[in-house]
Amino acid sequence: MLEDILQNRYAVTAVILFGVGFANLMLQQNLLRKVLGFNIMDAAIFLLLASLGYIDGGVAPIVGDRGFDPLYINPIPSGLALTGIVVSVAITAFALALIQRIYRRYGTIELRELLELAKKEDD
Amino acid sequence: MRPFVENLPFLSIFLALLAGIVTAAVRSGRTAYWITTGVCAAAAAMHLWVLEYTYLEGLRFTYTMGRFLAPYGNALQCGPLQALLASAFSLVMATCLAGGRRELFQELKPGKQRLYFTMVNMLEASLLALTYTNDVFTGYVFIEISTIAACSLVMAKDSGPNLVAAIRYLFMSLMGSGMFLIGLTMLNSVTGHLLMPALAEAVAELRLSGDYRIPLTVAVGLMVAGLGVKSAMFPFHLWLPDAHGGAATASSAILSGLVLKGYIVLLLVLILRVFSVELLAELGAANVILAFGLLGMLAGSVFAIRENHIKRMLAYSTVAQVGYIFMGIGLGTTEGLIASCFHVLVHACCKPLLFLCAGRLSAVSGHHKSLRNLRGSAYRDVGAGLGFTVGALSMIGIPLFGGFVSKFYFANAALPTGMTALTLLAIALSTVLNALYYVPALLAIWVRPPAEDELAILGDTHAEDLAPDRFFAAASLLLILAVFILGIFYHPITDVLEAGVRLI
Repeated sequence: MLEDILQNRYAVTAVILFGVGFANLMLQQNLLRKVLGFNIMDAAIFLLLASLGYIDGGVAPIVGDRGFDPLYINPIPSGLALTGIVVSVAITAFALALIQRIYRRYGTIELRELLELAKKEDD
Repeated sequence: MRPFVENLPFLSIFLALLAGIVTAAVRSGRTAYWITTGVCAAAAAMHLWVLEYTYLEGLRFTYTMGRFLAPYGNALQCGPLQALLASAFSLVMATCLAGGRRELFQELKPGKQRLYFTMVNMLEASLLALTYTNDVFTGYVFIEISTIAACSLVMAKDSGPNLVAAIRYLFMSLMGSGMFLIGLTMLNSVTGHLLMPALAEAVAELRLSGDYRIPLTVAVGLMVAGLGVKSAMFPFHLWLPDAHGGAATASSAILSGLVLKGYIVLLLVLILRVFSVELLAELGAANVILAFGLLGMLAGSVFAIRENHIKRMLAYSTVAQVGYIFMGIGLGTTEGLIASCFHVLVHACCKPLLFLCAGRLSAVSGHHKSLRNLRGSAYRDVGAGLGFTVGALSMIGIPLFGGFVSKFYFANAALPTGMTALTLLAIALSTVLNALYYVPALLAIWVRPPAEDELAILGDTHAEDLAPDRFFAAASLLLILAVFILGIFYHPITDVLEAGVRLI
């Protein structure tokens, strides 16, 4: 049991982190904390991706005339993590801009209060 | 030398992205509007050509980007199903822009108009890419692009409630795409592939050998749930009414009719091309989708009955209609999936028609949105009244209208499964519930209120809103025609869908 966990330590950490981020994104009322939750969630996925592609003793994946000796690390997960980071940065920037807009208008970033205020304005 | 037509799926996506950049750079909103509508219409024509080519030749083709072959490159795959959906989506997108044109230019600040069209172009590009992609990770990237663009459409009106609706929509979508991404990572870790054909082989092998059963189940579950959250599958629909009900008319029509469909189409393609219907049934995922679909059909309608705000009522009705689509997927048969595809088309024509007409009816009633204040509004713009009537009758499922045919196909698909009684009962019940809120809405717009109420409403209305709107009339006429074509001449369309599913 313990050995299994140690062997899969990256995956276990990633799943725990994903859970932490997911719970924050769902349950927090403060919009900024929700954004942080989302970032933790994405970090967990990047950790999982980075650990998946790594091979002990592998070298940088540059296709040359050496064949598979020594082994390359798997380049695909690294590529995915890179793309994922770009997406995550873009979304974070968008969310922060939106939150700033909301704060200027309502003076609060607590979701519950915001929903009440918006409802009043809508009537 | 391959035929030139095989380049068109890629070219249309590229053109939409390019138009997004150009519209961000031009000064005037009107130029941006014409560029965007033109690109959407051109894309529709291109996909019709692709449809003719693939359907008549009975083939599908793979477009490898930059000619980097399988394990390295990215690819698009196109058959009749994708071409049909893409041309319908592009056409409806152009129609939505035409129908909501007047309100867009009234409500958006002059300096911001071109940015709105940038976002529409991004949505068009991501819709097409989600339909055509043969690489799951490309699918993920375009899911995120479509999320940002859709949120911008919601907040374009720049009122407080819209901002709050946009942020709720954003967080709900992020949850969905997070789940999709980690599901994708797990699937990649047990199979080692991202391109759909290679993935399909690996998944089929895993299914036979029974290895990695738990990671495979979790990955499939997460990907389905993630796409479900994003397409407002029933228990995750809470963000939808505010986002779709509060946005500008053209935005509501695009969001409700098209954006949700992009995710659903990706899910359909994943199920048909990668997971296979049998695997979904084996893992029990099909039953879960079916249960959520049935619940959504009923709950969406119940919420809509309680709603008095016409656009929010239509938004809840979208929840119910998405429930139908998921029910078809959950039946776990190919017939069910074909019925779902058909319903995607019907809803993509019907709901924009309803939203555009509702927007027009509310414009001729002083921009009031509650059904009480819309009484008799159909007489102030008869075209909008007729359009709303056609859309509503199709949603209820009256014969000759598109909605009837899709209900018929759903019922037909339910017969050979073990869930026949439950499904048929849910379809019947949901039809009654649909009638319970569409009929009062129809009565409200066609029955004249007392004279003093009508005068009060007319007092709120601007003369420019009462003037006939040619763009709207053309758009609603086109969509009405589409609803009737889907309802009467449906055989050629279902033939294309069947061929498309076979050649997926």
